[in-house]
Amino acid sequence: MKLVVVTAGLTQPSSTRLLADRLTEATVRRLADRPAEAAMGRLGDRPTEAAEAAEAAEAAEAAEAAEGRLGDRLADAIVQRPGDRAAGWSDEGAPEVRVIELRDLAVDIANNFVTGFPGARLREAIEAVTEADGLIAVTPVFSASYSGLFKSFFDVMDPASLVGKPTLIAATGGTPRHSLVLEHALRPLFAYLRAMVMPTAVYAASEDWGGGGDDFADGLAERIDRAATELADLLRNRTPASATEAEVVPFEQQLAALRR
Amino acid sequence: MQFGIFSVGDVTMDPTTGRTPTEHERIKAMVAIAVKAEEVGLDVFATGEHHNPPFVPSSPTTLLGYIAAKTERLTLSTATTLITTNDPVKIAEDFAMLQHLADGRVDLMLGRGNTGPVYPWFGQDIREGIPLAVENYALLHRLWREDVVDWEGRFRTPLQGFTATPRPLNGVPPFVWHGSIRSPEIAEQAAYYGDGFFANNIFWPKEHFIRLITLYRQRYAHYGHGTPEQAIVGLGGQVFMRKNSQDAVREFRPYFDNAPVYGHGPSLEEFTEETPLTVGSPQQVIDRTLTFRESFGDYQRQLFLMDHAGLPLKTVLEQLDILGEEVVPVLRREFAANRPAGVPDGPVHTTRDRLTA
Repeated sequence: MKLVVVTAGLTQPSSTRLLADRLTEATVRRLADRPAEAAMGRLGDRPTEAAEAAEAAEAAEAAEAAEGRLGDRLADAIVQRPGDRAAGWSDEGAPEVRVIELRDLAVDIANNFVTGFPGARLREAIEAVTEADGLIAVTPVFSASYSGLFKSFFDVMDPASLVGKPTLIAATGGTPRHSLVLEHALRPLFAYLRAMVMPTAVYAASEDWGGGGDDFADGLAERIDRAATELADLLRNRTPASATEAEVVPFEQQLAALRR
Repeated sequence: MQFGIFSVGDVTMDPTTGRTPTEHERIKAMVAIAVKAEEVGLDVFATGEHHNPPFVPSSPTTLLGYIAAKTERLTLSTATTLITTNDPVKIAEDFAMLQHLADGRVDLMLGRGNTGPVYPWFGQDIREGIPLAVENYALLHRLWREDVVDWEGRFRTPLQGFTATPRPLNGVPPFVWHGSIRSPEIAEQAAYYGDGFFANNIFWPKEHFIRLITLYRQRYAHYGHGTPEQAIVGLGGQVFMRKNSQDAVREFRPYFDNAPVYGHGPSLEEFTEETPLTVGSPQQVIDRTLTFRESFGDYQRQLFLMDHAGLPLKTVLEQLDILGEEVVPVLRREFAANRPAGVPDGPVHTTRDRLTA
């Protein structure tokens, strides 16, 4: 399973990248520790199978804990290592994680607008997103919307490349007053691209990094976990995406379509 | 194998002098370039078709007819003829007429055109681009092969008992190439009819064109026209040469940096790395062009783009001298040396009976 993270933060360190990492980590953790719970939920349907799955998952978890390497592997998984599967994880469990920093591709993206094609580095990033089973997309808020760089990356992608893709959207900003950018800018963008956007979108204002929730909303940690759980649940129940070559319509069919 | 040049016919300011040629100068320059192409031993001159500034060639058969009168061996072609917005009846008539005047030295490349506003100017809609290309060519194909045509379709008024005149020279229609930058449907169309397929092979990475040509070759065989290796493939290319490659780079850079198509984007170095553009010595152009065979298989026609981005006529003519004297003779020799038996030559009128058989 491939999880791709697109982050449009510009500074180093970047709070956008930090939020992206938190979301990734939470998603990877939920993917790893939820099979038991998820299976329990289906106990009524298929008791034996579910119980076996729960048992197997518990055993696996116990083994991981015994080795004391769970944390290491989570850390491994979120390191940017294209094509390198973290050792020991099965396809059903932890995903292969790829983080794409749009800052590194800023000039390539601009060049794509000018030339009409992506250079090698950008092409590779676009392919990674297109082939991903799940996407986490995080942008800073600029001028009451996603950043231009963030939008530009999705502008140069094929509009069909995100169709049906489980996607978690998130944004960072200096003030909580911009939080609805997620609903007024990011969600429509990904709705247009027909991605499957998680109900929970995560906004992190500066103050969120130091505070908890209040009477009206959960704190950042809870919101991250809720969004990650939604994404993990959806990813676990989906068949992994496979690259499909567009097939050409035979010419007789093209002609026949005109004669209808 | 055939070698030639194709022109977009853009009127572009020379960035080194700030001077923009007039339309008249540009049109006359295109003629001079075509005549020069024959003089230096090239086989083909192809003109684009455009209906919006800054381009001049809106009437390709007029231009090619004039060039036909000034040349003797050169094959006159297009890159491309708009099969979407031109009436296929008029294409049939114009190119048959040109074929007679040029004693058969005519073929054409069909394309859709990617400029949205041009379509409504000719009563069409760009969203119907592929269906227009499919239906219009189906009609054009019949008009050149059947003396009397009854026809009804979606996009033009029906024809009852219609005969396109003049009939093609010796009853052999002009050879047709189908050009496409991105549509597999067009590769499929070319394969279906056993026509040629031209990949412009400029401005974009070669991997993109390899996919289209591979599809075309497979489908060509599927439709029973021959083996995949026998399909008729044409390629574009874009070069700028000087004796020393550093001089070529220095001289071409301002034109590259300001070119309408890719200027103000990637560096010349990045672009030559990513696309087939070659700027350097004649030997570098030879080496790069020979790699096309490795990527695309043995092919029939190589056209170079030489006269765009504001390059002055004098420079373009110098480039053609280098191409004709130093590059093409070597390419002819090298391409012929390793050419497997059974790979057809480029289509010319006198060999067309064999190709269409």
